Amino acid sequence: MTQMDTMNETTHTHAELSEQFNVDEARVNWHDETLWWVRQKRDKAAWTLPEWEQLRETASRIKLNTLSDLNAYLKEFEKNAQKNGIIIHWALDGQEHNAIVHGILQKHGVTQIVKSKSMLTEECHLNHYLAEKGIEVIDTDLGERIVQLAGESPSHIVLPCIHKKKEEIGDLFHEHLGTPVGNADPQFLTNAARLHLREKFLTRRVAITGVNFAIAETGEFVVCTNEGNADMGAHLADVHIACMGIEKIIPQRKHLGVFLRLLARSATGQPITTYSSHFVKPQPGQEMHIVLVDNERSTQLGREDFRSSLKCIRCGACMNTCPVYRRSGGHSYHTAIAGPIGAILAPNLDMKENADLPFASTLCGSCSNVCPVKIDIHTQLYKWRQVITREGYSPASKTTAMKAMATTLSKPALYRSAGKMGRWVIKNMPWLVNNKLNPWYKQREMPAPPKMSFGEWYKKNRKQG
Amino acid sequence: MNSREKILAAVKKNQPALEALPSLQDIDAIKFDDAREKFKTVLEGIGGTVINANDTSEVVAFVNNHFKEGNRYVTTIATLGGIEQINSNEDAHKLEDVEVAIVNGAFAVAENSAIWITASSLKTRVLPFICQHLVVVLQGVNIVHNMHEGYEKIAGENYDYGVFIAGPSKTADIEQSLVLGAHGPKSMTVFLLP
Repeated sequence: MTQMDTMNETTHTHAELSEQFNVDEARVNWHDETLWWVRQKRDKAAWTLPEWEQLRETASRIKLNTLSDLNAYLKEFEKNAQKNGIIIHWALDGQEHNAIVHGILQKHGVTQIVKSKSMLTEECHLNHYLAEKGIEVIDTDLGERIVQLAGESPSHIVLPCIHKKKEEIGDLFHEHLGTPVGNADPQFLTNAARLHLREKFLTRRVAITGVNFAIAETGEFVVCTNEGNADMGAHLADVHIACMGIEKIIPQRKHLGVFLRLLARSATGQPITTYSSHFVKPQPGQEMHIVLVDNERSTQLGREDFRSSLKCIRCGACMNTCPVYRRSGGHSYHTAIAGPIGAILAPNLDMKENADLPFASTLCGSCSNVCPVKIDIHTQLYKWRQVITREGYSPASKTTAMKAMATTLSKPALYRSAGKMGRWVIKNMPWLVNNKLNPWYKQREMPAPPKMSFGEWYKKNRKQG
Repeated sequence: MNSREKILAAVKKNQPALEALPSLQDIDAIKFDDAREKFKTVLEGIGGTVINANDTSEVVAFVNNHFKEGNRYVTTIATLGGIEQINSNEDAHKLEDVEVAIVNGAFAVAENSAIWITASSLKTRVLPFICQHLVVVLQGVNIVHNMHEGYEKIAGENYDYGVFIAGPSKTADIEQSLVLGAHGPKSMTVFLLP
């Protein structure tokens, strides 16, 4: 699937895309187990700190304070960053963000750039926009470079090519980087990418990075990587452009202590990322820009039930723990940010296009339990379902079934006879439910029907007692 | 109204009633019996090496013995004799062939073995990233227990650029197989002075 397919294909729902992913069961099991392993590493890292819950609560409250006073914090950040010599831009939406970045490139006459990981630029479809303007963007995070060579988008915000097997990566590198055919050794392939990308770092004059945290008090911003690609790009470029959503602000430098303790432990189980780089001023002779992007974040801020989704620090823990994500793959969410958090952010961007996503959940609540900033993700998934249904966007099959269910549940006599009928059907005509027309039967065996309903059992036993 | 004004107005209109900023004093942050030992264990766990040393002469001896002859070794530590000195007007791109870079660390954090280094001791920001191997010299007394203590140390500091470095550059993007040396150094050796 190409990047454009995953972004713009409107006919494929989460369920349909999951079905494609589920064609190869062994592969789905591998995907599931790999992500669960990452989740277990997260648990081990969290358990090393007795104060873990205190940290989560504090992080949540710092973010709530930030969101409640965001107007003032944004202005404070802008003022301090400008004092540090950084040029600040404001973008209402993705289109304006892309145009600002393109304008900076035009000003410098640059047509080739490097970019480290930024989910915001994915959200704004920056690569596609710049490609149309004749600009070559090289993604420098290894996982992102791999999906870029494959013509895909990242399937996970922290582990962009978690859906790919090493043999496929070996084939891609053979085709694009000239590595020997059939070599799928991770060490060898990583070194090939290192050499390939080092040449890009050394020759590109503009580097784009994302932003993990921006400090209102000091005007500095922090970028976290394990590979060192953000720093290699930024320090070797004449121009550094950092792109951030307006919710990335935190009030003070000391608050980084809280967030950096949580971020990597939640993401991959590491005690901290290899590099936590604090950019305050441009290097001598260098130009530094920050693009502050709204793109409907201010709208989400106004939705009382959903505003706390803006607390997200993009660790990906909710994806690694999600039984639906693990078995449906990131591309099934057809948005830049997949998984449970993506499913509560996306309806704010486009309710109609993303109406299926809040339904792609069992509401088990595991996402909320691992979230380092205590976003009530599963509650918001449930609430989005109601908003989407009220607005008339809910998936058609679900609406019909739900209406039938509502009628049955609202009439006790009908409910009792429907229950009897159901038990009789499963027992005597199992093919009526065990068929391809019933989506619940996919990958499931129907249970043996009970002899009587709970209502009947209760009546009988109460008489006996 | 321009975009800045529109965004700020929309944020102001939609932001909820003010919520208080929590105090960090309430966090009962972890401390260790031996912060130096904890630092060593954590760094080794993430692929780094720690060498206990009495003075910086051991650093020079180590580099000369440990790495291949004929390669470029550089440092920003003025007292390290016999090793090429890098200063702040160095062209970053010309550091491409650096095999080993030796720099001073300001302090380290035991809980995650991250070492704080600022632009003033790096001279050229790209140095600890572009080298093949990184060597950091650290005073053993400068190890704090946790990140909160770390940020207390730099709360009011004026740096142009600063970075916490914890171990060699790494990636696990290919099937979660850990590989040291993604884009930056393939190894990180810390000389821990008394």
